[in-house]
Amino acid sequence: MAAVTSVGETPLAVPARRQAGMQAGRRRRLNLFRYVVFTVFGLFFALPLLAMARFSLEGAKLGTWSLTAWRQITSYTSSEGIPPLISAVEITLELAVITSAVMLVLVVPTMIWIRLRVRWLARAMEFLCLLPLTIPPIVLVVGLGPIYDKIAHLSLSALMLFWVYVILALPYAYRALAAGLSAIDATTLSEAARSLGASWFSVIVRVIVPNMWDAVLNALILTWALVLGEFTVAFFLLYVNLQVELYSISRNTPDAGVIFSTSTASLLFAFVLLLILSYVGRRRRAIRG
Amino acid sequence: MAVAATTRTGARPSWAGRRPSVPPWVGTVPFFGYVAVFLLWPTGIVVYEAFKNPAGRFTLSGITALGNSQVRGFFIGSFKLSLISSLIGAVLGAILAYAVASGNPDGVIRRLYLCVSGVLAQFGGVTLAFAFLVLIGPVGLLFHAGWYFSFPWGITVIYAYFQIPLMVLVFLPAIDGLKVQWREASENLGSSAWQYWRYVGGPLLLPAFLGALLLLFANALSAYATIQAWEDAIPYTVPQQIYTSMSSEVGLANINYADALALGMVVLVAIVMTGYALLQRRAARWLR
Amino acid sequence: MSALIAAAKKEGTLNVIALPPTWANYGTIISTFEKKYGITINSALPDGSSQQEVDAIKAENGSPKAPDVVDVGLAVALANTSLFAPYEVSTWSDIPAAQKDPSGLWYEDYGGYMAVGYSSKFGTITSLSQLLGPQFKNAVALNGNPTSANAALNGVMMASLAEGGSAGNIAPGVNFFAKLKAAGNFSPVEATGASIKAGTTPVVFDWDYLNLPTYVGVSDWKVFIPQNAVLGGFYAQAINKNAPHPAAARLWEEFLYSQAADGGQNLWLEGGARPVEQAAMTSDGTINTSAAAELPTVTGTPVFLTEAQSTAAAQYLAANWAKAVS
Repeated sequence: MAAVTSVGETPLAVPARRQAGMQAGRRRRLNLFRYVVFTVFGLFFALPLLAMARFSLEGAKLGTWSLTAWRQITSYTSSEGIPPLISAVEITLELAVITSAVMLVLVVPTMIWIRLRVRWLARAMEFLCLLPLTIPPIVLVVGLGPIYDKIAHLSLSALMLFWVYVILALPYAYRALAAGLSAIDATTLSEAARSLGASWFSVIVRVIVPNMWDAVLNALILTWALVLGEFTVAFFLLYVNLQVELYSISRNTPDAGVIFSTSTASLLFAFVLLLILSYVGRRRRAIRG
Repeated sequence: MAVAATTRTGARPSWAGRRPSVPPWVGTVPFFGYVAVFLLWPTGIVVYEAFKNPAGRFTLSGITALGNSQVRGFFIGSFKLSLISSLIGAVLGAILAYAVASGNPDGVIRRLYLCVSGVLAQFGGVTLAFAFLVLIGPVGLLFHAGWYFSFPWGITVIYAYFQIPLMVLVFLPAIDGLKVQWREASENLGSSAWQYWRYVGGPLLLPAFLGALLLLFANALSAYATIQAWEDAIPYTVPQQIYTSMSSEVGLANINYADALALGMVVLVAIVMTGYALLQRRAARWLR
Repeated sequence: MSALIAAAKKEGTLNVIALPPTWANYGTIISTFEKKYGITINSALPDGSSQQEVDAIKAENGSPKAPDVVDVGLAVALANTSLFAPYEVSTWSDIPAAQKDPSGLWYEDYGGYMAVGYSSKFGTITSLSQLLGPQFKNAVALNGNPTSANAALNGVMMASLAEGGSAGNIAPGVNFFAKLKAAGNFSPVEATGASIKAGTTPVVFDWDYLNLPTYVGVSDWKVFIPQNAVLGGFYAQAINKNAPHPAAARLWEEFLYSQAADGGQNLWLEGGARPVEQAAMTSDGTINTSAAAELPTVTGTPVFLTEAQSTAAAQYLAANWAKAVS
């Protein structure tokens, strides 16, 4: 990657101009690398999406074009007033907000606290945060049955899904946060802050978190994406969220293209939402070289 | 708890000197309590059911059934697929993450790739498998890949589609943490790129890389919807078999067997995590 | 009956489960019932399997979301009679004795014969052995995995009947699919509307009412049932013993077994499925003759699997299917 300087030369004697040349060369090579990478990966990710979009615009005979699959999304109504799709979108958005809030409040302080004061619990937390992924959702639902039965007596709303969504998001959010936390020297920062008289609360909220803001953002993105795309648990617990509703729409018609228009629509929706989210969380420029 | 020096600016630690020391782990109770109720208890139910038979009696037959060759085949298949797809996803994802990280931190490309990764990391199931089927399946739009239905390579290509974005999302903060000064410093000392990565960048990134790899592994292990949509006539992996046992309409349904399989998966992950912990300790020794 | 209607209207809601709208015309059945009696139907888990229906009864016991009625495969019904409440609809005597439980715990509702649906680009297919030919590369699919899906198990059993096996012996069927796989003609993808439309699974083993051009979404779809391999399968209705809405549940059953022109039996017929009261309705003249005429023709006596036979077949598959097709 870097221009290969011969190690034998005395590097401290490298004149400034030569240094600029080195960096420019490296920059050029880096940019070439980036363009190649983005193109190759871009193609890999774009092609199936394009295939999906093409298929959603498929008419009754292969090879024709038609918008029916897309119109089906908006035209599906039940006997009640509000189209169920709108209420499903609403519920899922609320779920996303609640889930990410609970998740951050629960996980971030605990991670930092463990890192600073209770190191021996670190592996335990890591294992617990990986456990949800090892149990397939269909099996987890079996275990969740009795608990959700009790919850159903308190509230029938699909918002109660947040209890389990926090657990489902744990593995992803934890890993993103851990990567960010390990990249900063939390111990030194906290010692410095404490010696200036900050309370633990201040240390966590006003010193450490702002320094791992990128990781927090990534964890938020992962959590939102999970909630927006979650289907299995809601489905088997007999709740209606966005994906379950889209699935119903796609089953309500013999036009197979509808499952693709609904998927593409949900992907676009999630993407736009995440984009907005990423602007909301403008990172403060940490000191970079 | 040392009594913090009172400063004129105030802000003493809130409970210093007020009561006898509360052990620090108390602060982790909310988290562990929540997890205990909503994760450990359902897991416990699953484990408990694994030791019962459909009539409700206690039995070890579910566990011993895990030993037969067909089931061993499922676990081997799952392990193979998860290992391969997580390695490929991790390496390719790391490369992509590096490409994203080395650009403008506030730029459009980075933001774009982050959000696309977020969306695609959770994308899977029927539509993903179908999109690939339409693209490179038997009647593929692009071409017909003869290996499309082969295991594990055909399904690995599909898994890579969400493993790579997941890797980008969880690994990017670690790459961001590599300070530019370290690179410049090592160059000033005359190292080549290879030496930089071998002695500085690599070891610094290794713990996060291993952690992300572990996540990808577990992600692939429990994935079900995608592989079932890819093909479901031939069972290759444990989740497929779990689903078959849970929802069989032909009288073969046996939830306890499914729970036993799930227990097997948890044990498998525990073993993998132990290996991972050992690797991390080895890696930490490099750093110090 | 009017007391039942009044009580059901008072309950106002009905929970059903695993009823896809395009399966045997359930969409119309649900909306007709809702309009006729003003009762809202909550249709949960439309793509669920029979096992998931009874699992939901057990898991949701006591919850207002529990299913009131279920429509399950016979094997699942027979295994779970302890969950059902006995009830005899007003047209009980029109249901053949062999197709209902004498104490009223379950009663068959509609069914069909296992058929092979295919795209007309293959011309006309008259026997299964044609499917081994080279033009069917990667083309032949089942509706799911035979070790878990009822329709797929019956698909293999039908192949077995066509290859000289019997209701008690599914081995020839498994061998047929092994031959298909060896010829490269077997597609392991589950046949769905989407896969058919994309052309990925142009030949599908499935119930005849699921092989209708309208259901499949391909206008030039053809269907054939092999000679002397007529395998029938009926589903069964049952009422949840602890149904949250017992009166609505019973009214729903009355509706499904009503022989009126807009009653359940005729609506199922319009969906291409054979209603259980078909014989009685044909002699009574209450049947929708044009819909009946559209059912695929069959030559040979229909075979119905007993519980013992289907369990034996399932166990054989559990031990041998994976080996045969991988």
